Amino acid sequence: MSETNDTAGSQEPREDGTPRERVVGTPSPAADSALLAKEEYPAPAGAGEELDERSAKRAERVVASLFLLAFAASVGFIVYFIGWSGRDGGMHGIHRARESNLWLGGLMALSFMAMAIGVTIWVRRLMSSKPIVQERHELEATPEDRAAFSAAFMEGAADSGITKRPLLRRTLLLAAAPLGLAPLVLLRDLGPLPEKRLRHTYWGEAVKAAKEKGRTGVRLVVDGTNKPLKVSDFASPGAMITVLPEGIEENAHHALNEIAKAVTILINVPADQFKPAKGRENWHVNGIVAYSKICTHVGCPAALYEQTTHHILCPCHQSTFDATDAAKVVFGPAARPLPQLPLSVEDGYLVATADFPEPIGPSFWERG
Amino acid sequence: MSEASAPKAVEGPLNFLDDRLGSTTFFKRNMKKVFPDHWSFMLGEIALYCFIILLLTGTFLTLWFHPSMNEVHYDGSYTKLTGVKMSEAYASTLHISFDVRGGLLMRQIHHWAAILFMASILAHMLRVFFTGAYRKPRELNWLIGLGMFTLGMLEGLFGYSLPDDLLSGTGLRITQGVLESIPVVGTYGYMFLFGGEFPEGEYGDIIPRLFTLHILLIPGLILGLVTAHMMIMWHQKHTAMPTQKQTETQVYGYPFYPVFMAKTGAYFLFTFGVLALLGAFAQINPIWLFGPYDPGAISSASQPDWYMGVLEGSLRIMPNWEITAWGHTLSLNVLIPALVPLGIVFGGAGAWPFVEQWVTGDKRHHHVNDRPRNAPVRTGVGMAAVTFYGLLWLAGANDVLAERFHLSLFATTWFFRFAVFVGPVLAYIITKRVCLGLQRKDADVLGHGVESGVILMSPDGEFTERHEPARPEERTVLLSKERAKEQPPATDANGIPAPGSKGPMGYVRSRLNRAWTFDDIPVEEHGHGDHDGHDDGHTIEGGKEPKQISH
Repeated sequence: MSETNDTAGSQEPREDGTPRERVVGTPSPAADSALLAKEEYPAPAGAGEELDERSAKRAERVVASLFLLAFAASVGFIVYFIGWSGRDGGMHGIHRARESNLWLGGLMALSFMAMAIGVTIWVRRLMSSKPIVQERHELEATPEDRAAFSAAFMEGAADSGITKRPLLRRTLLLAAAPLGLAPLVLLRDLGPLPEKRLRHTYWGEAVKAAKEKGRTGVRLVVDGTNKPLKVSDFASPGAMITVLPEGIEENAHHALNEIAKAVTILINVPADQFKPAKGRENWHVNGIVAYSKICTHVGCPAALYEQTTHHILCPCHQSTFDATDAAKVVFGPAARPLPQLPLSVEDGYLVATADFPEPIGPSFWERG
Repeated sequence: MSEASAPKAVEGPLNFLDDRLGSTTFFKRNMKKVFPDHWSFMLGEIALYCFIILLLTGTFLTLWFHPSMNEVHYDGSYTKLTGVKMSEAYASTLHISFDVRGGLLMRQIHHWAAILFMASILAHMLRVFFTGAYRKPRELNWLIGLGMFTLGMLEGLFGYSLPDDLLSGTGLRITQGVLESIPVVGTYGYMFLFGGEFPEGEYGDIIPRLFTLHILLIPGLILGLVTAHMMIMWHQKHTAMPTQKQTETQVYGYPFYPVFMAKTGAYFLFTFGVLALLGAFAQINPIWLFGPYDPGAISSASQPDWYMGVLEGSLRIMPNWEITAWGHTLSLNVLIPALVPLGIVFGGAGAWPFVEQWVTGDKRHHHVNDRPRNAPVRTGVGMAAVTFYGLLWLAGANDVLAERFHLSLFATTWFFRFAVFVGPVLAYIITKRVCLGLQRKDADVLGHGVESGVILMSPDGEFTERHEPARPEERTVLLSKERAKEQPPATDANGIPAPGSKGPMGYVRSRLNRAWTFDDIPVEEHGHGDHDGHDDGHTIEGGKEPKQISH
């Protein structure tokens, strides 16, 4: 493909073949190239000119070989697909996906690119169309036409009687108005009304069920393993873990929806740094506190916990909460602390004794 | 060649159509339609071709994609997720990636094409703005373009929500939070979009709904707008850059058939080729690494596609303002970043052509573009908008910036909080100064000519360089600048101000008009000598005066 290399850039040699040498006292070549080339459309060799048959022939051969290359690549694509990609019963798994992606994509790209370069060289080196001039026509109609249209419009309006009979006009408008509203009414069943859905989580339901069975509260289970969590299992200060109410996956009506609201982080704050909030003095167990994991900004999981500063960070928009101080906002766009879940101990297991005292997640109009 | 007639294969169908539609008149008139050339006129074409590629690859993907939130246990060929609970949407995306030959390629081309689609629209819109190509009579196409970009953002958001992987679920969660922040109707909007609570609602409706919007409604709208955009462009003829043969009454360039047709065909192939290269060699959105959506999980440095970055950045740097009163909560910390920045940029862009007409009083048709330097206020405002958008976009990646450059995360937030206000002002001032400087240079070339490289020695031994007048082509370009003249308030024959020039609006208009025009620099051809009043910087080089123009 040596031919491609010296012509693909369409660097047609200058007439004399060598760059002009600057002789003191002659006009600077800089002036030549200043701002604009000589022609606004520096059509290389071919376009617009008589073709030099020898260089045209060479360009033709280059273009033809590029087209042949494109053809070969497309054939290769088909051959690979039929003959090779389906070996041993078809494509399975990451290695074969990677392999077929490489071959199919590479050959496809090669085919498109070879054709594209070929056509470009063809246009620039072989097409002999000359640039032409065309008139730009006035877009707007003449004043007479506009006047004629106006007259026709008024005549039609008068003929129809819509101007003369306001009763018709008004009743028609009246008839049309509800017609426009009807489709909106149809959309009502897109979803339920919000009601109190956003105000409570599955914790409340689970605590109620547990209390009916005479227990203090519902056990916390670890997200992923669904194992109930003992205080002794979570004794190391600085630890952080994601928990859910026991039974949420099995018993909740829409488990994923409930999990999306009930997901909670459990943090073991060292006792000397823990500042329990007023009225929540008994909501923690030896510094183990539970906060909603759903960020009060726009609802991403506030999943990052920095042990040294005890900051809880939401990776989406960097709202930062202080785990030692009732999850107050330290930085970022969130306006409210993460709601806290009241904890207690029963038979050595961590339990929640009530639902979050306030709606979790992003603020909404009715929240108050 | 002189008496050539088209071959039967062409003439036959053509005549068949012509007998029924009279179409040959149209073809004859349009076959040689002139398309002016400029590299920047190709940017919109990239967007068009990306759209076509999106339709093709998207159709392919729909053949295997299941828009369903039904829970399944994965048993496909990506063994690392075997047995994992996931939605059918996610499982079918894995199936497309690992079990359908070419499926991964099509997915990656589709995603890359979406990214390039939005990027090329933006580049195209910047070209149109900075060259003034949106001016009358092309305001409609400008608005259509804005509409397509906005729809493209939604289309992209819905599209990357479909695979129901961890990232896309996070995107939807943010969408939910933003919806909830809308006063009065927010929670209703949330319930109605999701068909209940996030993410599954009552019947797992969100993915099927987004699917329909993504593959039918929005592409249909975009297709309609693309068609209108192209037809209007074809009808009005393309704008041209100011050169010797391009005027308000004529257009100069190569004919559609064969040259432009071949070039644009090659361009389509280039676009497809580049996207195929990216699809083959540049991994994008490897959803199998993110895992299925889990409402309690997130990965750090989560980033949306680039065109949503500006919203992400606004959300990140907004201070935490929230108002609670009378039993209601107004989340300004979400509402403002979601609506205001893009409202300013898109609303401003939509209003701009009309505001400019109102301020300058220029209601003429324009077919020849402005050079950006020749409209310093427009160029300055454009650069201010670019800076504003760009800073918010960067703020959307502030965690990545902080990590890469070892900065404090909070410091980057504070930087952007101030920079979004200061940056645009600086950009406006600097851009306007640069434009005026370039205008002075143009005026200088016209008044003094260009350096010839010829050094002359005067009889008293002084060396000077001879200046020659610029070549005519160059002068045409320079002279394309119109003087921006301040308009005195319109008055009628009796000196009574015209109705529009009174009152506060009239005052604002005349102030803006003055801001647009007061420091205008005449770039005109005139005898040298009367030129030095305002560009002292250049008269110092008085030795370069073109003393021997008539040689």
